[in-house]
Amino acid sequence: MNDQINTSSAETGAFSIYRRSIKTAAWLGWKIESNWTDPFLFAVYSIIKPLAGAAIIVIMYSVIAQGNYDTPNFAYLYFGNAFYQYVSSVMTGVSWAIVDDREHYKTLKYMYVAPIHIPAYLLGRGVARILIGSVSVLITLLAGIFFLHVPFHLAEVNWLLFVITLVLGIFILVNLGLILAGITMMLARHSDFVGDAVSSAMFLFTGAIFPLTSLPAFLRPIGYALPITYWLELIRRSLIGTVVDAFPTFAAFSNLQLLGILVAFAVVLGFLSNRVFRACEYKAREQGLIDRVTNY
Amino acid sequence: MLNLTQINKRASGLQLFMQTIIGRSSPRLIGLYREKSWLIFDVFFPMLSVIGYVLIYKAIGAPADYIGFVVVGGAMTAFWMNILWSMSSQLYWEKETGNLPLYIASPAPMMAILLGMAFGGMVATVIRAAAVILLGSLLFQVTYAIQSGLLLAVIFILSMIALYGLGMMTASAFLLFGREAWHLANLAQEPVFLVSGFYFPLKFLPFWVSAAASVIPLTLGLDAMRQLVFASGATLGFLSVKLEAIILAGLSVLFIVAAKLLLSHTEKLAIREGRITENRR
Repeated sequence: MNDQINTSSAETGAFSIYRRSIKTAAWLGWKIESNWTDPFLFAVYSIIKPLAGAAIIVIMYSVIAQGNYDTPNFAYLYFGNAFYQYVSSVMTGVSWAIVDDREHYKTLKYMYVAPIHIPAYLLGRGVARILIGSVSVLITLLAGIFFLHVPFHLAEVNWLLFVITLVLGIFILVNLGLILAGITMMLARHSDFVGDAVSSAMFLFTGAIFPLTSLPAFLRPIGYALPITYWLELIRRSLIGTVVDAFPTFAAFSNLQLLGILVAFAVVLGFLSNRVFRACEYKAREQGLIDRVTNY
Repeated sequence: MLNLTQINKRASGLQLFMQTIIGRSSPRLIGLYREKSWLIFDVFFPMLSVIGYVLIYKAIGAPADYIGFVVVGGAMTAFWMNILWSMSSQLYWEKETGNLPLYIASPAPMMAILLGMAFGGMVATVIRAAAVILLGSLLFQVTYAIQSGLLLAVIFILSMIALYGLGMMTASAFLLFGREAWHLANLAQEPVFLVSGFYFPLKFLPFWVSAAASVIPLTLGLDAMRQLVFASGATLGFLSVKLEAIILAGLSVLFIVAAKLLLSHTEKLAIREGRITENRR
């Protein structure tokens, strides 16, 4: 009986630590991201950056297509580019917390002696990035729909598919971020570039702004091996299904099949990420890297 | 123990100024040889953006010169990133790591420290940008039609003087920032890539947007260089190359003088308000 009580109490304690770690880290992450300036400047900052990134692609397209935005090509690249902001924001955000806490605030060692769950803490730090990423995506989409007349019709949206895909995608991104956080912990130099480098590389191979068929044939398998490719395809299918029909890359797959692939990726990454992070963390502890400040 | 002869031999005036420039630039130059991993991050990383933008142009059937515009523009981003993160933010980083009070306390002129940073950063970035142009040109078989090598060199040098003058000026301003410095440098990436026409000809932006963006030297420098190296460049230019060269020369003088004045002002202000050692994380 006593054993049962102790086990149950330990489980409650572990869950409580997990929950507390995420909650506190999410609040901390939000403060770090937002309170460096007044709310007005922060809002301007949050709007200008994503819009400028999207505007580069819009102008490039406009120069060649002479302002004709009512084409499947434009809708394809605009939606892909808009939702890709989640990748750079969430995945990079989770791994960046290691650089921030170890090099900048020099608090990572204190995190390790505190009664918190480190992977949960890192996931919590990603929450603020999810919020900021969501705002960026929404602003970019609204700008496209209202000012550039990107073909989008509310009545044609498959909301159920959209919500399931979005949640699965964010889950996958957070777990990829955790893997990168582990790798970041073991790097002495360029650790601050890891997230950006991986995110930029995946931008090319996931069909974010051009169909995979635009890549040389020998590079396409990389795209097929990445979960983001299927995620972006499903996001497009759920929001602008008729436009996607113009691109044959995944024409042979039904929505359900693509969703199945995405779920499989989510399960594998959910299982792998914690193990990879713990393995990297173990090495980092062994080599005394937890409190290393390189000033690089 | 120091003796008077040694003290008298110590550099001062112009000699100290020059020694400081060499001293501050040398870590950036030596780093090129000692830290080979920059090859991956400073060449491969910008190449990914270049490849991405080139593939967009290819997917929408753009003329061949546009591929070249992206390659040259992508190479020039290395200079802007260097200005943002290794010039403008540098004194802020030095404050964070505790070097800044040592700079101020030493007899070395701050202006020479900034010039050393600029020189070292410029040389290192030229190598990176050249690597991006070489790789991009080979990968996408870019065709160049250089009209005047001399004028091209003049434009490039003027762009660099004006650009690094701007970097020296903003380094002083960033000295007064706390956590805002990182965010402001971060904010000055995509919007500047947009208004300066890094990936498309500047001519396609509204005139007043391009005119306002011309305060960033790379805007006119890049436009002039494209006019000089691509067959269709002249027809897509924003202003004439000569006018752009004159404006760049004016910006060079303006930014370097402003850097000197702003540096003296912010140094005094920072010392008076105790911000030199302040660390607002």
